[in-house]
Amino acid sequence: MSVKISVSINGKKYTSEVEPRQLLVYHLREALALTGSHVGCDTSSCGACTVLVDGQAVKSCTTLAAQVDGCNVITVEGLAKNGNLHPIQEGFKEEHGLQCGFCTPGMIMAAADLLQNNPDPSETEIRHALEGNFCRCTGYHNIVRSIQWAANKLKETNAAVL
Amino acid sequence: MTYIGQSVKRVEDKRFTTGKGKYTDDIKLVGMTHAHIVRSPYAHAIIKSIDIDTALAHPGVVAIFTGKDIAAAGINGVPAGWQVNFKDGTTMKEPPHPLLVADRVKHVGDGIAVIIAEDLATARDAADLIEIDYEVLPCVTNPAEAVKAGAPQVHDNAPNNICFDWELGNPKAEVDAAIAASHHVTRLDLVNQRMAPNAIEPRSAIGHYDDSKDKFTLYTTSQNPHLTRLLMCAFVLGIPEHKVQVVAPDVGGGFGSKIFHYIEEALVIWASKQIGRPIKWTSTRSEAFLTDAHGRDHVTTAEMGFDKEGKVTALRVSTFANLGAYLSTFAPAVPTYLHGTLLQGLYTTPKIHVDVTAVFTHTNAVDAYRGAGRPEATYLLERLMDTAALEMGMDPAELRFKNFIPAFDGVTQPGYQTQVALQYDSGNYEPVLERGLEMVGYENFRKEQAEARKNGKLLGIGFSTYIEACGIAPSAVVGALGARAGLYESAQVRVQPTGKVSVFTGSHSHGQGHETTFAQVVADRLGIAMEDIDIVHGDSDSVAFGMGTYGSRSLAVGGSAIVKSIDKVLEKGAKIAAHKLEAAEEDLEYAGGRWTVKGTDKSIGFGDIALTAYVPHDYPAGLEPGLDFSSFYDPTNFTYPFGCHIAIVEVDAETGKVTLKRFIAVDDVGNVINPMIVDGQIHGGLAQGIGQAMLEGVAYDAEGQLMTGSFMDYAMPRADDLPSFEIDRKVTPCPHNPLGVKGAGEAGCIGSTPAVVNAVMDALTPFGIIKNLEMPMTPQRVWRAMHQK
Amino acid sequence: MIPANFEYHRAGSVDEALSLLDQPDVYAKVLSGGHSLIPALKLRLNQPGALVDIARIAELRYIRQDGNSIAIGSTSTHKDIANSALLAQHIAMLPEAAGLIGDPQVRNVGTIGGSIAHADPAADWPGVLLAADAEIVLRSKAGSRTLAAQDFFLGFYSTALQEGEIVTEIRVPIPAAGTKSTYQKFMQPASRFAIVGCAAVVQVSDGTCSMVRVAFNGVADACFRDVNVENALIGKAATAENIAAAAAQAAQGVSILSDHYAAEDYRKHLAVVYAKRALTVVAG
Repeated sequence: MSVKISVSINGKKYTSEVEPRQLLVYHLREALALTGSHVGCDTSSCGACTVLVDGQAVKSCTTLAAQVDGCNVITVEGLAKNGNLHPIQEGFKEEHGLQCGFCTPGMIMAAADLLQNNPDPSETEIRHALEGNFCRCTGYHNIVRSIQWAANKLKETNAAVL
Repeated sequence: MTYIGQSVKRVEDKRFTTGKGKYTDDIKLVGMTHAHIVRSPYAHAIIKSIDIDTALAHPGVVAIFTGKDIAAAGINGVPAGWQVNFKDGTTMKEPPHPLLVADRVKHVGDGIAVIIAEDLATARDAADLIEIDYEVLPCVTNPAEAVKAGAPQVHDNAPNNICFDWELGNPKAEVDAAIAASHHVTRLDLVNQRMAPNAIEPRSAIGHYDDSKDKFTLYTTSQNPHLTRLLMCAFVLGIPEHKVQVVAPDVGGGFGSKIFHYIEEALVIWASKQIGRPIKWTSTRSEAFLTDAHGRDHVTTAEMGFDKEGKVTALRVSTFANLGAYLSTFAPAVPTYLHGTLLQGLYTTPKIHVDVTAVFTHTNAVDAYRGAGRPEATYLLERLMDTAALEMGMDPAELRFKNFIPAFDGVTQPGYQTQVALQYDSGNYEPVLERGLEMVGYENFRKEQAEARKNGKLLGIGFSTYIEACGIAPSAVVGALGARAGLYESAQVRVQPTGKVSVFTGSHSHGQGHETTFAQVVADRLGIAMEDIDIVHGDSDSVAFGMGTYGSRSLAVGGSAIVKSIDKVLEKGAKIAAHKLEAAEEDLEYAGGRWTVKGTDKSIGFGDIALTAYVPHDYPAGLEPGLDFSSFYDPTNFTYPFGCHIAIVEVDAETGKVTLKRFIAVDDVGNVINPMIVDGQIHGGLAQGIGQAMLEGVAYDAEGQLMTGSFMDYAMPRADDLPSFEIDRKVTPCPHNPLGVKGAGEAGCIGSTPAVVNAVMDALTPFGIIKNLEMPMTPQRVWRAMHQK
Repeated sequence: MIPANFEYHRAGSVDEALSLLDQPDVYAKVLSGGHSLIPALKLRLNQPGALVDIARIAELRYIRQDGNSIAIGSTSTHKDIANSALLAQHIAMLPEAAGLIGDPQVRNVGTIGGSIAHADPAADWPGVLLAADAEIVLRSKAGSRTLAAQDFFLGFYSTALQEGEIVTEIRVPIPAAGTKSTYQKFMQPASRFAIVGCAAVVQVSDGTCSMVRVAFNGVADACFRDVNVENALIGKAATAENIAAAAAQAAQGVSILSDHYAAEDYRKHLAVVYAKRALTVVAG
């Protein structure tokens, strides 16, 4: 039996019927064509599927679509406004924080969670905050720089993360 | 020169940072079905029966195919792309690798049946309804065990599980004699453990047969779509190549594992015609661990002889290389021509012999993984150097300075002929080690280390000075060595009538940033803006041909092909310009996007020439219209990047846990087009090489079950496992390609691994000279090493 | 990875959840944060007929002082606990342990109730709650009962939780003034679960260890209080020598786990090292 859910995704309200077993990540990718959230593992380890649910980073591969009924979901597609990259996205570009791009959406969403809670993180804090996200390309060196870049930009512009 | 040498921000990044990248699994075709593959849970078993009836009747299931269907359709297995002969000249054993197995499975994960359904959940549900009766047989997973008498046999036609044996170097008797006559011999028994590449994007393939055109399209996670098309069409399915389009869209990392042609690609193509609908298959991570070709897996004995002064006298290496159950595309080349040929290292070793036995086991296939053969060679050489230094009471840096090949530029001085078949192109090895020592503050470190030891703290430093062979390669050479393909690259530079430029390259980017780096090259050579250039790759219908991206070859080979085409564009452009300017061609010079008559202010721009070429009203007689050139570039030699890596570690004396405190890398990859991207390539390589030393390793149990089959068991570096890297570079240009570039993709992964292990060995010297450190150096292993009797 | 299908119900109250759990012929499981359960469903290791989602029951998510205890609602997330000033003030090892669980995404969603109901031998909460001398409050249609943590954790993935019962609260007694607590963890490098996790609570009065509680995760097939270590230190001066001697008694007489990352002898050695490290933090 399917479940009816009503979810705000990137500011837009969607009402859908989903199978109870439907994982949020597949709901986003298959039903809503939001393919920026990726599936990189089976064990909630890689973080490529990370989205924000009610402002908090969540692994959408370990969340049932039914669980987010009534919630506010932000995916990587929801960060850029009016064609302008979000400061975190900008940071990843400026500091070469991505190569193949597959882990990048999850990294960016994890960074958004971090910067909301800690606007001025140290390198150690950044590395610790990324423990739920694997990158196989960058060795994390430039991801750390990217998040530092974003933190500075947010500070300089007095902007909120979300 | 306005772009080359600049850290231009990547043009790819907008789509990737906004979630708009288009990876294979993101593609949805009308009427698309979904495939789930039923795989063997046993390493070695006879399939006694398969009952698919219940699954076939499950609502939503479209079709199920088994090994019997594949055999009945007359489909061949996937082939090996490289042939290595036995020492006696007979050809290697090349057992078939069927798309689906009908009779006897040979590793956990072997494909048995494919279920195609309306949606993935249904396909997966139906898998629980298939009943398979197995007779489980004994298996063998270790290559050194597999060759012993009485070991379970993987293939009927490969006695003692040997695929081939092989040797290279000086005559064995000469090397034996040189070792015997040495003042000191350092011997190591090493395991270069099996690695799982683990690109974060799992493999995926979509097969689509369009009967209105009698044409197939394959979307696949490939590093080289043309090679996949060639192998699949000509060797597996026997369908004409011009009826098959292979597209490798955005690909989420490869590290070697996406070079090879896999069974799933041919399966979805063949089955899509059977059912008349597109089929998507996407690997789970669990399947990836079972079926993405693994890397390394060598069991090696290595001996290095030295004279009294510490000069290397000889090197003798004997290796068992595990190939897994089936031969993957490049598998035979990796432990041979990509490994044995690198054993000269940076040293003047006069006598070298290497012996390799390539072995089948009941495990997943092993093939090229970032570095491919060269990390294995570097690991044994550099472990030998630091171990020998300890044994002989010498400084490990000093020992290297003593043995380095003297500098040569490959232009005014000849290349360096090694004892193991290669001729190095250019090299200057001392400066990278000197710079590394400077960056690490070597003298101070030794003082700090001595102080730390007094307080019971175990600090260590480890070195690695490596060389690699990249930019594979002259086709004639690799052909003589057994390659079943050429290894050139193609490029087409199409100048549009408005002067904008589309470049079609056979290289394939899956993270390397070609859309940026290649555009920088084109922009500078043509003197136009980067924004006016589009780099197209990964589609066999738009790119004429391609050998793809691996072995750090894209810029050295693919970039050179682009330069060749640009040269042709400029040559023809000059003819048109001469006509328009009413001057002789030889009186023109080209700079800043304009042809100018030397010594005058008469000039014409690139855009005007482009337009003239396509609107040839006032045009040189006899000249074809258009400005569009293709080239194939076949290099005259490999390229030989090198460098020095230094690790500093601290070992927790109570737990054995190793913490990497610092990592210094000084690499010489030749000329650099985009320093930011090259640094990124080095960083990523370092993380993988350090990962091999400290965390990663595929392990099978005695039943051939993977003990490290998920990210919960297979440890990979996370952000907090690594320090920030300290890197620098030297530049010794490649003398034989037009850009002077050597390749940067694998360097980090090749040099770093032994540096970390050597650093742990150095840290543990209060416990003696510990030679048997096994990778990954888990805390448990290091603790045992400290407490062994 | 797709779970087998099931029915999904969201409960608005504990009473509603208990009614939803009580369905004839349906194997119903409680879903809280889902970070233990959903991975098992995806691997089809567990195939319940129905899930009852309790994550949004407001009456189950709180951390508050209740007499001489701190009461933690069972759907409190690891992050709630990591950020709790009240817990940090009275029994620091709870926030400390919470911060070492999984990763930020897991901590944002995973709950203490879900974790202890799952009772993974390598999870962090069981040993911490043993050392805290915590109580677990369970509710069923028949009413409410309170178990000592010692009586709740029964073995390998096994607890005293009955069918139709929900963990509603964890009650942690507020230690006497001067008591310190810590949780020290040696992680499995891939999963980051505990190979050895040692929770220690010690009160030092006039230089003497007057109260000692030590418990382990990851060492055996279930969490356990290590009375040998405790007895060796109680009444002794809080010196490095006495701590080392007490720690040397760690993991005696228990059946020690052995796996790819830590064989029995090494795990036992780590238990000793981590007992020493934990005790040094709180009594050293």
